[in-house]
Amino acid sequence: MLTARNLECIRGEQKLFSNISFSVNPGELMFIGGPNGSGKTSLLRLLCGLSSPDDGEILWNGADIRELGGDYRGVMTYLGHLGSIKDDLTATENLRISCALTGCEISEEQAVDALERIGLAGRETLPAKVLSQGQRRRVALARLLVTPTKLWILDEPLTALDVAAVELIKGVLEHNLSNGGMIVMTTHQEIVMTATTVRHLTLS
Amino acid sequence: MTINWFKYASPASFYFLAGRMIPYFTALAIILLVAGLYVGFFVAPTDFQQGEAYRIIFIHVPAAWMSMFLYTVMAFWAGVGLAFNTRLSSMVASAIAPTGAMFAFLALWTGAWWGKPMWGTWWVWDARLTSELILFFLYIGFMSLQAAIDDPKRADKAGAIIALVGVVNVPIIYFSVQWWNTLHQGASVSMIQSPKMATAMLSGMLIMTLAAWMYSIVVILIRTRLIILERERHTAWVSELREGVLE
Amino acid sequence: MIWWIIKRDLLLAMRRRSDVLTTLFFFIIVVSLFPLGVSPEPDILRIMASGVVWVAALLASMLSLGRIFSGDYADGTLEQMLLSPVSLAELVTGKTIAHWLVTGVPLVLMAPVLGIQYDLPGNALLVLTLSLLLGTPVLSLIGAIGAALTLGLRGGGVLVSILVLPLYIPVLIFGTSAVEASSTGMEFGAHFSILGAFLLVSIVFSPWATAASLRISMN
Repeated sequence: MLTARNLECIRGEQKLFSNISFSVNPGELMFIGGPNGSGKTSLLRLLCGLSSPDDGEILWNGADIRELGGDYRGVMTYLGHLGSIKDDLTATENLRISCALTGCEISEEQAVDALERIGLAGRETLPAKVLSQGQRRRVALARLLVTPTKLWILDEPLTALDVAAVELIKGVLEHNLSNGGMIVMTTHQEIVMTATTVRHLTLS
Repeated sequence: MTINWFKYASPASFYFLAGRMIPYFTALAIILLVAGLYVGFFVAPTDFQQGEAYRIIFIHVPAAWMSMFLYTVMAFWAGVGLAFNTRLSSMVASAIAPTGAMFAFLALWTGAWWGKPMWGTWWVWDARLTSELILFFLYIGFMSLQAAIDDPKRADKAGAIIALVGVVNVPIIYFSVQWWNTLHQGASVSMIQSPKMATAMLSGMLIMTLAAWMYSIVVILIRTRLIILERERHTAWVSELREGVLE
Repeated sequence: MIWWIIKRDLLLAMRRRSDVLTTLFFFIIVVSLFPLGVSPEPDILRIMASGVVWVAALLASMLSLGRIFSGDYADGTLEQMLLSPVSLAELVTGKTIAHWLVTGVPLVLMAPVLGIQYDLPGNALLVLTLSLLLGTPVLSLIGAIGAALTLGLRGGGVLVSILVLPLYIPVLIFGTSAVEASSTGMEFGAHFSILGAFLLVSIVFSPWATAASLRISMN
């Protein structure tokens, strides 16, 4: 269970938000909404431990994520809006390396299989620089198909995706939730999830 | 531990404490400076080899000592700020840097003025002067890094890392330069012939060093107060200060 | 894990060979300018050789520092590294080793050729190459700290030189004097011991300081 208590975030001299509290239980999804500049990405970066809150605390199963350190990072997957795709590497290499970095090494076959499932069949060996925005996004999202982690923190995962891909990702998210996973995500295009608890947090 | 250390670690209370301390340290600095200059110019005898020109050591040596001492103090406070996340210590570290750099520059400048009559040249690659030059570069690096970072929190921490890396390196650099110098020049002209130095010369130098120390405390306190005001300008106590409520 | 990082960075460097060659040619060009600017006299060249090659190596290594982290910073991979369950210091060690393999090793290999241009005798060539072999990893290790601190800053490239070059001085002094000692027939083992000590100390401390710097810069 991920719990946030009285979070406050100050960027430069501007207070982005304060007094934010929530918890996300297994099987739950939380959408974070709000206009541009309201601190959605900053909140996600706090939740995954990339930056520390100016006040408040973030707990994973009751323990502070700062103290858990690597133990927390091992159960969590964060996908930023940058996607961490290398132009010079092929889709397969990108997927295998980004998985290895986050602590789950996968074989060539697993990577090819995941890329096929996400609709990139036949493009596995192309360098990422020749892929379109949507296809690069799919390479980044393919990690969700192979990662064993329960907690997913996703920053605008649906950007640049077509309708078919959005449906596909929706299935992937629902699959994680039905297995007791937890998802915190920001998005501008809300998707309707079936048979799961969905929470909303709107930053102003 | 019953003493509340954090009371003075809060920028607001430090601001007022420093304000009360500044006049005392200013007075001390002036008294010591006058005494030091008097000893330096009227009591200390003329050097039989170097004539009157040697009297520049009353500025040169204290400046060099202070520049090294201040670098250590700066790294210490920056390190405290990094380890314990105390904003005030980082502010003090940033306030020390310009004064330290000024003393390093002063030591180089007076070294050149001394070198001209002594060695007939403005600059020699003497081990001390070279180390001082590198120390000056280290100060410049610290200040440029902090100046390039807009976010004060990041500036404090990044500055702390480079100051700590610097302080670990200073002895290594000093030793390397010393070794390089003996290799290239044999026994180089030493600036201070310490064993046969007259007591008056030594005490003049020590008094001037104390004066430089007190001066540093004054300007560092003033600069820290300014940094506090700048960083805390949105807080309630600073606006009260501006409206004249607090004094 | 460390192998994954090294393999990946080497793969990226292979796909962008021109970057590696640019650093190497920079090194060669700088070294070749000195005879033109100072004197082509073999006696003078022999005296300058170790200093010129070492200073050029310092500059070449420093100019390539930006590449250690900036690519990963720009595309978000660095965030993933910070979120890896593996310790960041270990990942940083891998990246620094890769940086040395890509930029340091070519300089070491090219040094004897440039030494010949400067009319260095055989044993001095050997000592020059060995001193660079021991010294260039220290440059990458120390430089990584500077690169991490200046990540994403305006004018980061110039800033990193101000931060890093003063720290390079001890390596420069012992690297060049090893060559001088050998060409005057003196014992140079002590120089190598000290360079080796620098290497050990920086292997222990630098990745840790670099990791701390990255966390600060990415916060």
